[in-house]
Amino acid sequence: MDLSTFNWLPLLAALMVASTPILLAGIGELVVEKAGVLNLGVEGMMITGAVCGFAMAIATESAVIGFVSAAVGGAVLSLLFGVLTQVLLSNQVATGLALTLFGLGLSAVLGQNYIGVKGIEISAVNLGPLADIPFLGPVLFQHDGMVYVSLLMVVAVWYFLNRTRAGLVLRAVGESHDAAHALGYKVVRIRLAAIAFGGACAGLGGAYLSLIRVPQWTEGMTAGAGWLALALVVFASWKPGRVLIGAYLFGGLTVLQLNLQAAGVKVPVELLSMSPYVITILVLVLISSGRRGRQTAAPASLGRAFHATT
Amino acid sequence: MIRLERRPQPSRLWVWCTPLLAVALTMLAGGLMFAALGKDPIEAIRTIFFDPLFNPQFASYSRPQLLVKAGPLILIAIGLALGFRAGVWNIGAEGQYIMGAICGAAVALALYPLDSPIVFPAMVLAGLLGGFAWAMIPGVLRTAFNTNEILVSLLLVYVAEQILAAMALGLLRNPDGGGFPGSRNLQQYPSAANLELIAGTGMHWGVVTAFITVILAYIVLTRHVLGFHIRVTGSSPRAARFAGVVPARLILICLGVSGALAGMAGLYEVAGPAGQITIDFNSGYGFTAIIVAFLGRLHPVGILLAGLLMALTYIGGELAQFMLGLPAAAIQLFQGMLLFFLLGVDVLSNYRIRIGRPGVA
Repeated sequence: MDLSTFNWLPLLAALMVASTPILLAGIGELVVEKAGVLNLGVEGMMITGAVCGFAMAIATESAVIGFVSAAVGGAVLSLLFGVLTQVLLSNQVATGLALTLFGLGLSAVLGQNYIGVKGIEISAVNLGPLADIPFLGPVLFQHDGMVYVSLLMVVAVWYFLNRTRAGLVLRAVGESHDAAHALGYKVVRIRLAAIAFGGACAGLGGAYLSLIRVPQWTEGMTAGAGWLALALVVFASWKPGRVLIGAYLFGGLTVLQLNLQAAGVKVPVELLSMSPYVITILVLVLISSGRRGRQTAAPASLGRAFHATT
Repeated sequence: MIRLERRPQPSRLWVWCTPLLAVALTMLAGGLMFAALGKDPIEAIRTIFFDPLFNPQFASYSRPQLLVKAGPLILIAIGLALGFRAGVWNIGAEGQYIMGAICGAAVALALYPLDSPIVFPAMVLAGLLGGFAWAMIPGVLRTAFNTNEILVSLLLVYVAEQILAAMALGLLRNPDGGGFPGSRNLQQYPSAANLELIAGTGMHWGVVTAFITVILAYIVLTRHVLGFHIRVTGSSPRAARFAGVVPARLILICLGVSGALAGMAGLYEVAGPAGQITIDFNSGYGFTAIIVAFLGRLHPVGILLAGLLMALTYIGGELAQFMLGLPAAAIQLFQGMLLFFLLGVDVLSNYRIRIGRPGVA
């Protein structure tokens, strides 16, 4: 391949757009896991958000309403998981899987009339002179609003978890639900709130795919993005800042892979298409092997059911 | 005030009643869903659960299909259940299924057109090894590097799908196929075909293997020390250590067995009902088997029944699609709903429901 003809500018410009779906879903799942809940249903919530957002945006011709409905859809679906795991004390791994299978089916039913429908136009936010800066302008400042919302979300989650009392309580619930319960905190309610937040974020991430990144509705369009978001949280060692770094690294990889395909590199297309998954696995191995023997960064109560006996 | 009180032992009665309750609730909720889609709910439920078996017009076609569809589901679910019981979460059976099919079909295509009784056993072995090897990736990564097997096994499904696409378009493509994607049709290669053993029943070698596996799994779980290790690890990993369980070995065994069974299921499918390697010959059995495993209470006999029921929803779903114009995805939603209800009502087997204020101890 001749690298000199390879155009790097659109690649960098597409990086932020490609990263945003898993960034949104990942930051939501981070809060859920910080509260001690492992929700493996991210994929199902994302795709439900994708179809809710797309359908509502088409109906109202408003991207804002589309994104809001996607967040609501994701949150409602996640509360199904919440009620099952927190109130009816079902196994979190199994219920999360059920949520993914259910969400994939639900989205396919809801979206059957939207296949092939053209999405709405969503223009970039106007950042005035910033957008005209050479090189940096197209890379950083000519995107749609959700890219910046996702960045704000990362900052907000970081601030909430590390600088507020409510964030401290949430982390306490995730580290030791028995101690938090003994202190009088409502473990189940806090976890339900975290789960709903995670669902809303996953819904936004999914809607970003169907409204901006693709922008179209196709069955199964998330293609594992929800699982990549789950892997991202592990990669990030449950730290918001690293979720951002991880998402952008991953987004860069995806864009590079797509650009290489488009440039007609002498590598089989399938090999390029599988590279994001393979690299995610390799990264997971690196992260987990680096911490052998030492304590993991995972919240101590992660995935354990809480049943108040008193 | 409603409280939950943990039972010292799961209720034996409820353990077997909850699946039935879940099925009943799913029919109810499914009926509402079909009504929301503008179909007559009673007719839809009847078309899905009753017509495939008893309607004289369809039964002759759909009854054999019951075993054809249940075979791979049961085979995969048995393997998954062993792991799930021990807390080893292999959720990438779909990938192992694909890899088994590719490996088995590759052996058949390499031997083509050899006419020998060796061909089919060699294919089964290759399918088994293919699924086993694919499941060993998360197994070895988990035991050597403590990498989460849930994520790795699932991500490998997407890798396997890409390999499948590459194979169907490249290496395994039918040289006489006029450039169309897809391999030779193994149904037309007598030594390799996984044909119906008894005409009109749908019974093929995969179904036979599934039935044998049910019996073997039952014996292993109830009579063999491995079954004891699996059960004790699932209920208390710490106690398992004292009982002499080597966690790493158990993880490898659970993943290996489930991978091998999924791989065999894939081979039987590709040599029989599917016939050839195509981009999308896999029909999501690896994921549906997760529902089957739970619906069957992770118990071999339960899985046998659950596999048949789930096969029925597949066939009935196709029928409802054809007769009532029900969307294909509705049945997937229906299956997901079933798993949800099952996990929800499971609370009854582990907890007692108490109404009223707690008494002072």
